[in-house]
Amino acid sequence: MSAGTGSDNLPWWATAVLLPVINVVLALIVSAIVILAIGEDPLGAMWTMVQGALGTSEGLGYTLYYATSLIFTALAVAVAFHGGLFNIGGEGQAYLGGLGVGLVCLAVGDMPWYLVLPLSVLGGAAFGGLWGAIPGYLQAYRGSHVVITTIMFNFIASSLMVYLMVNVLIRPGQMSPESAQFDKATFLPLVQDMAAAIGIQMNPSPLNFSLFLALAACVLVWAFIWHTRWGFALRTVGANENAARYAGIDPKKVIIIAMALSGALAGLLGVNEIHGVQHRLLLNFPAGMGFTGIAVALMGRNHPAGIVPAAILFGMLYQGGTELIFDYPSISRELVVVIQGVVILFAGALEHMFRPALVRLFTPKPAGV
Amino acid sequence: MMDSYFWLLSLLDSMFRLATPLLLAALAGFFSERAGVVDIGLEGKMLMAAFAAAATAAFTGSAGLGLLAAIGASLVLALLHGFACITHRGNQVVSGVALNITAMGLTAVLGNAWFEMGGRTPNLPATARFGELTLPLAETLRGIPVLGSFYYEVISGHNILVYLAMALVPLTAWVAYRTRFGLRLRAVGENPAAVDTAGISVPALRYQAVLIAGLLCGIAGAYLSTAQGAGFQTNMTAGKGYLALAALILGKWKPVPTLLACLLFAAADALQTRLQGVVMPGLGEVPVQLIEALPYLLTVLLLAGFMGKAIPPKASGRPYVKER
Repeated sequence: MSAGTGSDNLPWWATAVLLPVINVVLALIVSAIVILAIGEDPLGAMWTMVQGALGTSEGLGYTLYYATSLIFTALAVAVAFHGGLFNIGGEGQAYLGGLGVGLVCLAVGDMPWYLVLPLSVLGGAAFGGLWGAIPGYLQAYRGSHVVITTIMFNFIASSLMVYLMVNVLIRPGQMSPESAQFDKATFLPLVQDMAAAIGIQMNPSPLNFSLFLALAACVLVWAFIWHTRWGFALRTVGANENAARYAGIDPKKVIIIAMALSGALAGLLGVNEIHGVQHRLLLNFPAGMGFTGIAVALMGRNHPAGIVPAAILFGMLYQGGTELIFDYPSISRELVVVIQGVVILFAGALEHMFRPALVRLFTPKPAGV
Repeated sequence: MMDSYFWLLSLLDSMFRLATPLLLAALAGFFSERAGVVDIGLEGKMLMAAFAAAATAAFTGSAGLGLLAAIGASLVLALLHGFACITHRGNQVVSGVALNITAMGLTAVLGNAWFEMGGRTPNLPATARFGELTLPLAETLRGIPVLGSFYYEVISGHNILVYLAMALVPLTAWVAYRTRFGLRLRAVGENPAAVDTAGISVPALRYQAVLIAGLLCGIAGAYLSTAQGAGFQTNMTAGKGYLALAALILGKWKPVPTLLACLLFAAADALQTRLQGVVMPGLGEVPVQLIEALPYLLTVLLLAGFMGKAIPPKASGRPYVKER
């Protein structure tokens, strides 16, 4: 699996900007056709989505809150991708990561949030990382394919969480499977409160301190992949396992570390969702964000600088989709899921379809033809 | 004694009902993967087919037309998978994931828009569904202890698609191991270059395999919404496509062991609802979630070589590039 750095002579901006833009446009055309099939006005619907996502400070807050989760799960896909691994298990790793975050937050009592945050990050990364490392180990040492194992681990994670929530972590005397609420002191600050402190008025939204954590993760992942020995080993294994072996790199070790790191990043979704917003453990909080991370990573060409705008775009789709149903009741918010699927199809599965056409476009024709 | 015998019969009866969609999808995966095309998209094809069947049956009142629509919808997705993976040599796993996610979104959006019931389709009347067939002599033999009631409760009283799925197992085995097409199909999944050298088109064979997978997933989807169920619900496949994939792996990519794996998973599913809250002697209450997760755990253990070894077709997942 190539990580998107082509050996053909396309200018960098064609790969980094033009291809993703073509993918988005195609995805939007497909969704426009779906909207037309429903009998609604595609342009009006899209305008409503953009307004809903960016038009108010509340909408913007929600957009960035969704983007925060997506940055984590997309970075997870990207790290594995550079090691030649396709991690479909982001959903399960995020689920388990959230469990780690929740257990930390329940255990610390009334510690102030800035002391809890490093611990909850560790908890989320450790649980998510473990859930990623096991499939990594099984691929490296037992020869089972990481794609199948991570799919199975998504289901196992789901069953495990239902068991734990229903039988162990449920708050006594409560019907719905939810844990007790965390202490108020541990809550991550909301961006609207931070903005208010410096005199900017924002309407309430769940956007919280995790956004900065996600941006920091982007910088760290970028530094790790392109500026450390480990990152070099990762990319070498991803490009050619045999070459890596001859260069003295142990691919088995690299695969496990890549999957652990990937799972750890997905696990950080729990910091945003559980520590930042829900303030208690509950069921199904990853809500498909683990899968959406695949689309975001593919669209962002597996580079943090591409993942951030792609995550914001998908954040807009999520938030805009929620607004859409008020004005267009016949369009449901699952339209976002269609767009996701189409993006994965065009940016991922059909990546070889557009590239040669672009290469032809950019290669000067020989004289006399 | 008689009570527990009838309990067993009803368990076996449910087992066959629950195994049918798994089996159809797993056989779909068999054809695709033995030809070297990994099919993560069983789930999406089934879901799309289930929706197409229910929607068509709701509009026309005909289960047969529903089945045709289901097969058509599933074939479209299968062609798309072939176009991405065979023609454009795209990543097969990524393509499968794309199909699954697209199908999940599209069925929900269209269902909501067309029927305005929160993604469900209207409840189908019995005439628009595949009804249960009573096999010859079932009523007459019912009175005979043990065997008669076994025939009446377990063998008879299913809809036509259940019998079709079961009949497809020997048919698949025959096609795969006793026909020229089957030989070529298996060869193209192990060593496509050799098939190419023999002058047989690798893409054409793989397209045929992918289309057979589409056909079978179409039937599986129609079964879910117009035979087992009476209408479509959002995400009604609920992971059955992945479970079928697991059964295929547990069956080591062979038809009869795959059938056994499907029956095992279906039995676990049937037991799960019956064991809710039951205290087992010596074990205490068995957590239903453990039984639910059992198929996935078994697959992981098998793939990791802790219980035998499952070796996928050699060329699966790899696009074929013809040498020049």
